[in-house]
Amino acid sequence: MSTALAIKGLKKTYKGGFEALKGIDLEVQEGDFFALLGPNGAGKSTTIGVISSLVNKTAGQVTVFGYDLDTQLVELKKQIGLVPQEFNFNQFETVRQIVVNQAGYYGVPRAVAMQRSEHYLKQLGLWDKRNSPARMLSGGMKRRLMIARALLHEPKLLILDEPTAGVDIELRRSMWDYLEQINKQGITIILTTHYLEEAESLCRNIAIIDHGRIIENTSIKRLLATLNMETFILDLDPESVLEKQVEISGFQWRQIDEHTVEVDVEKSQGLNRVFEQLSSQQVRVLSMRNKANRLEELFVNLVGKGA
Amino acid sequence: MSTSYNFTALKTIWIKECTRFLRIWVQTLVPPAITMTLYFVIFGSIVGERIGEMGGRPYMEFIVPGLIMMSIITNSYSNVASSFFSAKFQRNIEEMLVAPVSTSVIIAGYIGGGLARALIVAVIVTVVSFYFVESVTIHHGLILVLTVILTSTLFSLAGLINAVFAKTFDDISIVPTFVLTPLTYLGGVFFSISLLPGIWETIAQFNPVLYMVNAFRYGFLGISDVDVGVAMGVIVVFNLVFFITAYRLLQTGRGIRS
Repeated sequence: MSTALAIKGLKKTYKGGFEALKGIDLEVQEGDFFALLGPNGAGKSTTIGVISSLVNKTAGQVTVFGYDLDTQLVELKKQIGLVPQEFNFNQFETVRQIVVNQAGYYGVPRAVAMQRSEHYLKQLGLWDKRNSPARMLSGGMKRRLMIARALLHEPKLLILDEPTAGVDIELRRSMWDYLEQINKQGITIILTTHYLEEAESLCRNIAIIDHGRIIENTSIKRLLATLNMETFILDLDPESVLEKQVEISGFQWRQIDEHTVEVDVEKSQGLNRVFEQLSSQQVRVLSMRNKANRLEELFVNLVGKGA
Repeated sequence: MSTSYNFTALKTIWIKECTRFLRIWVQTLVPPAITMTLYFVIFGSIVGERIGEMGGRPYMEFIVPGLIMMSIITNSYSNVASSFFSAKFQRNIEEMLVAPVSTSVIIAGYIGGGLARALIVAVIVTVVSFYFVESVTIHHGLILVLTVILTSTLFSLAGLINAVFAKTFDDISIVPTFVLTPLTYLGGVFFSISLLPGIWETIAQFNPVLYMVNAFRYGFLGISDVDVGVAMGVIVVFNLVFFITAYRLLQTGRGIRS
């Protein structure tokens, strides 16, 4: 398996002296579903801008599938499909014109582009809107249009900058399914997102960027394994706790209301002792869930340390 | 990138540009027809009858090539300036920047759009002129065609350069208002510069539009205030200077890359 993206010592200083990237090293393997996380202004979009040649770098080296940004720009660009954060298509052009034109810029003949546009617009649920001007689409449709546009020249690396921002939950889930599907077909995906749940459920590897530096670069599994404590919310059977004073010893816990408790569990402790104690008090647990997104907790810790 | 790739990209930009100005034909194709009809009526029929002849031709015949050239200049310029600035403003210029389209192909595509609109408008104005002149003769077809293509290319490039520097929509109307219109009006569209007194005739020769209008008039009527060879040379030199400027601006990403 080859390296899809390799970044070495990437620096970017904007006019006025703002140092957005302070020497980034990053590697993404072919076929990966990779998350690039970071708070606002951390350097995520600048990194993506440099890779897609919309931002001129100050120093460093970028290669995509072995093609160098400085010396093999044309070949490098062919490998990438970009879904930017903001809508950047002509609002007066129709959906089909936008995707077909984009393919044309990549040298895809018009007849082939027309065929592919039918395929991708159908897959992304936009076929019925193919003759509508882009300005008439809903926010979610515009996001999907940008994905279709980025795929029409059939890139090997798809970069999505906050693709589900402002998209409702149902549509977000369907976009996740689609992205997972194309990733399984072999397209390497790099995703920036503010929804950490999105990164946790979709991505295998992750880099966290803060103040222009990579502060963590590992697999999501390994990162989550570093989490020592998790908080669980237990919904108790109201009848089983009627006129009872629930007691859980040896754990940090809080009673949220009459039949809901919140328990902090260290990795070494395990949950069995909680259930044993509740069973001994004839208290039935109806359901249980994590209180917070685990990745979110780690993210806050890491970014907090970096600040 | 191979030739076929470049050709496909060029064709795509050209089709997109033509689709754009044809979609808004009421704003792009109708106004020149109305404006030029008014010029023909006022300067040609009403004022022209009192003027009589200019350059040995009836005044109406004299101004026809100048008015066609004026339409070519303004339409080439405004087509590329507004289209490129809109693309920059809406950020859809990024569609081209992230793709493997060479700078020359982007420039050629926009020139193609400007040229297409200029040619359509030129045909419309020529057809309108048929109502005001008895006959339209062509003295030198090759000079005529070359002048149209080179002038349209030159002002498409000028529009592109203006759009690169522009930060607001107001910025793309400053040059047409304060530079293009005075140069065109003083460029021999309505008069022969031989009518200008002494020093003003010399000053008028520094106006590049003069060479375009006169080369075009020569192609139509066979008369010109300047040497046609010199006129073609001036147009070619300006084209080279403007192309190199536009190329460097786009290549370095001025106003479009950070």
